[in-house]
This record gives sequence, C-alpha cells and structure tokens, in this order.
Amino acid sequence: MSDHHAGEPLVSIRSVSRRFGDVQALDQVSLEIRQGEFFALLGPSGCGKTTLLRILAGFEHPDSGSVTLDGTDLLGVAPHRRPVNLMFQSYALFPHMTVARNIAYGLERERLPRHEIRERVDEVLATVGLTGLARRRPHQLSGGQRQRVALARAIVKRPRLLLLDEPLSALDKKVRAEMQLELKRLQHEVGITFVVVTHDQEEAMSLADRIAVLSEGRVRQVDAPVPLYERPADLFVADFIGANNLIAGVVTADGLRVPDVGVLPCPAAPDAVGAAATVAIRPERVRLGVDGGLVGVVRDVTFFGGTTRVAVDVAGLDRPLLATVAGAASVALGDKTRVDWAGADAVLLDGA
Amino acid sequence: MRRFSWLYVPAGLTYVFLYLPIVVLVIMSFNAADTPYRWDGFDTAWYGRLFADRAVREGLVNTLVVAAGATALSTVLGTLLAVGLARHTRSKLLDAIAVAPAVLPDIVLAIGLLAFYTAVQFTLGLHSILLAHTVFGTAFVAAVVRTRLAHVDGSLEEASRDLGATALQTFVRITLPSLAPGIIAGALLAFSLSLDEFVIAFFTAGPQDPTLPIVIYSMVRFGVTPEINALATLLLAVSFTFVIAAQRLSRLTESL
Repeated sequence: MSDHHAGEPLVSIRSVSRRFGDVQALDQVSLEIRQGEFFALLGPSGCGKTTLLRILAGFEHPDSGSVTLDGTDLLGVAPHRRPVNLMFQSYALFPHMTVARNIAYGLERERLPRHEIRERVDEVLATVGLTGLARRRPHQLSGGQRQRVALARAIVKRPRLLLLDEPLSALDKKVRAEMQLELKRLQHEVGITFVVVTHDQEEAMSLADRIAVLSEGRVRQVDAPVPLYERPADLFVADFIGANNLIAGVVTADGLRVPDVGVLPCPAAPDAVGAAATVAIRPERVRLGVDGGLVGVVRDVTFFGGTTRVAVDVAGLDRPLLATVAGAASVALGDKTRVDWAGADAVLLDGA
Repeated sequence: MRRFSWLYVPAGLTYVFLYLPIVVLVIMSFNAADTPYRWDGFDTAWYGRLFADRAVREGLVNTLVVAAGATALSTVLGTLLAVGLARHTRSKLLDAIAVAPAVLPDIVLAIGLLAFYTAVQFTLGLHSILLAHTVFGTAFVAAVVRTRLAHVDGSLEEASRDLGATALQTFVRITLPSLAPGIIAGALLAFSLSLDEFVIAFFTAGPQDPTLPIVIYSMVRFGVTPEINALATLLLAVSFTFVIAAQRLSRLTESL
C-alpha cells in the first residue's frame, strides 16, 4: 500500500460477459482499475454495474472473460479467500453482534491473536469516528453510524480492493454530504483502492478519480469526472451525465445543419461532412440575449439561488433549449430572446 | 374515555363462551368435594392424589420423553427444511407440501401413520409416537422458521463469506443465530403440541407405555373425577406458558 504502486493497474477485467436468461448483463466488459484510485462504476439500474461488482466480490461468475488482481487470476478464488471486501448497500451488519464483534468478525476468521484483533478494532473505530460505540448493537445506531460500522468492518481486513455498493443511497441528504467527504478522506488515509457502484452521477463525480459509465452491459466511457462531463464520448454519456442540449442534424463545412432551424455552431469536423450527427451543448455554455444565433421565446425561468435555469422555445426544435446563467436572469417569461454558443464549447457526437 | 358500545356485549359473551368451561375446570380442581354439584371449600388434595397415582406419573414421564424427543428431531429437521426451501428452491408446491402436516386433520395423519407402520411392520411403542409427533412438529417448526427467514437480510450470509468465513462457519455463526428466535419459538410450539396430542398418539401407541392424554382418556371412561380436573389444570398451565413464550419470541423476531 505504499506510494510507489500508485497508478499501476491493480485489477484487470478483460472481455467479461454475463448473461441472465434473455438479459445480457455484461457484454465484453474490459476495464483497468489502478492501484490506490477511487474508481466508480456509474450507470442506470440494470446496466450491469452490480453484476460486475458481485463478480469482483466472488458472488457471481462471468460466462467468459478474465479478472486478475495484481496479475494473478481472481475468478478461481472463493469469495472468502479473496483480498477483496464489499460494503453492502444494506450494510448487512450482523444484528446479533455488537459493533466491536461485527468489526472483529473478519479478523477472527483470519485466526489473528486476540490482542491484535482488539488493537485493530480500536484503531479502525477511531478512524471512522465511532470510538465509544463499540458495545452498541446495530439497531441502536443511526443510519450514518451503521454505514461507518460497515465501512470499518470492511477496511479492518486491509483488503487490496474495497467494493462499495451504492454507499450513500440509504442516507438522508445532510448525512450524505458528510459521508461523501468522509469516504474520500478515508480512502486517502487507508490507501486502499475503492470501487464504488452507483446510479447517482453526482455521487460518482464527487467521489471518484475515474468513472466508467455503463449502459446495457457495455462500457461507454472511462474518464476522470471533468473530461467525462466536458467531452462525452457518445450520445448516451452526453445525455446521462449532467444536463445537456442535444440537437440532431447533418454535418456541413461550417456547422451542423438542422432542418427548419439553420446551421448551428459546432467544432469543425471536415472528415464527417454529410454525416448525421448530434451537437451537445451544456446549458452553462449557452449565451442568452446576444447578437446573432437563434431566436426563441422564454418558456420557463427557474431560480436556484446561485444560478438560474432558462428554457427557451426555438421554432423547429422539439425540445426547449436550456441555458444556465449566473445569478438572476435578465429575461422574463414570454420574452423574445436570442440564444447562441461558441462552436468550440459544443461537442459533436456520431448519430442522431 | 371510550364510550360504551353495544358491540362489547357479543364480544364479552364470546369470551365467556370460550373460557367459562376452562375456568370451571380450574375451580373444580380445587373443590374439596368429589362431585361438581357441591362446593365444600378450597382444597389441594386432588393434586396430592394425582401425584400418588402411578399410571399418571408413568404417563407424564412417557409424554415428556415423547415431547422432548419429537421436539429435538423436529427442530433440527424443520430448521434445515426451512433454510433449504428458502435458499434452494422456488417451488411453491414443495413449500406447501412441507407445511401440510401442520394443517392436515389429525385423524388423517393418525390413520396414515398407523397404516404405514403396519405396512413396514414397525413395532409400536413410545418410539412410534415420537416419530409420529415429529411429522407434524417438523411442519410447524419449518413454518415458523420460514417466517423468520423472510425477516432476515439475505446479504448477511454473503457479508460473512466476504469477511472470510467458510460456508459452515457462516451457517453456524450467522444463519443460526439470526434464526434463533424463530427456531426457539418453533421448538416451544412443537413441544406444547406434542404434550397434549391425543388422536395421533392413540393410534400409534403400543400396548404398553401410554402417554398422559391416553391415560386421561382411560380414566375419563369411568367418569370425570376431580383428579382429572387437577391434571387438566396442570396441563393447561404448561401449554399456556409455552404458547405465550413462543408468541413472545415471534414478536421479538419482527422487531429485530
């Protein structure tokens, strides 16, 4: 767990497929997870992320493909022998054991000497900030505390890889934000490679160093949060991550031609001229009330405090264009306004 | 304060109808007179007479042997059956068949068992009653443990495996303890049912070693004596204790 390993691949997933009856849960999935990173598997429900997590934990087997950890095969190893631990979505704390006994459970299975078990349990309780609650039972704890116990129980084993299944989904909003910071701090502190599975993009963006976006059993894009947001690789990612204006058309030499609307600004794509494509433009990149661009009517103004979201109906487009502006909006409902964006701020994606 | 409602009248009468005979029985067991037509004052003499009666004592021992043995067997079998049904099959039919002996009419089970014992030339005695009681005991235990299983988070066992426990360690340290309230409740139920079971015991008993309910039956043939009242009162106390304990544990089950 020392620093010189950082960045090297820890887990290699190669061409992993898994089918349940008619459903292709995983389709030729290949991923590399690096030593010491916080990795997120992100996708809508049914995208296969949980299946992949369960394959890593050993509760599920792929139909084909290979998974190695530190270069050695992982699939042939029984779940209780893997240097991998899973924090369950339900936390799965043993209700008949105290907090301390829950945490000690994994160490006792390793037949460690008692004094060492006690030391490590005390140590991890301090790490997650639960010193003093060792003798409580799970049902006497709050949701946030239970999650800390679940986390402590998994990291006390000092796994090479820690898997977290929707770690924040069971918590209320305030505790969520707190645990989010806590998870990042802990990951940094213990130096264990974390893989988190989530359907919540904000959770993935705020936690992870790198994110793999999955859809229908396939990996769509693997990237750090910022490039993932700014340079989505395909239509699915552009639509799934954050808000986006997606407009289909045909590529021309000076933009994207959209029937009944005109030629819209987009990055130059000389090789793609004549092909069907979609331009993706983030609402915060759309400028309102400028010269040129498209003419539309303000349909909706939603004030969020720091920002305002404005929806503009443009003739010829089936969905209103969204624009996010800082502070309060200078336009009102029903106003005629112009919307525009710089070609370099948009992303051109294959297909319509 | 809630206002009086006429609905309390039929409700009250129903309870009187249900419990009056039992109350009379308990009172009569303390009657000094040997006939229910007269009250000669409070007396516990019938209880003394009861314990002096050899047939009753032997019957009681036989009943306890049968109940303890049947409970032990049905607790083990019923628990394994429940876990197996929950984990390894989705068959609704197997589920229904497993619990059927609990709801089957006693007389059907009794005739069936007797026919089976005769067919395989099994000698009748305490052991045949014990096995017969295990049949419905297993069904009851399985039903109660099934209910408990539904309340247990399935990922507990996976968590145990994930933390390094073998399948056996997981069963002993996680599965059994989380089912414990259900298992104990099932065992108490099986025990109290076996204790006063008459029809099946009567059919599957051998010529010697009658259980207590059979002893009572033979005593009653010559008229109900206050001694029987005392015995019934004792049985009632034991059964009540066990049923209430079982219910308490099932409720505990839900709160966990």
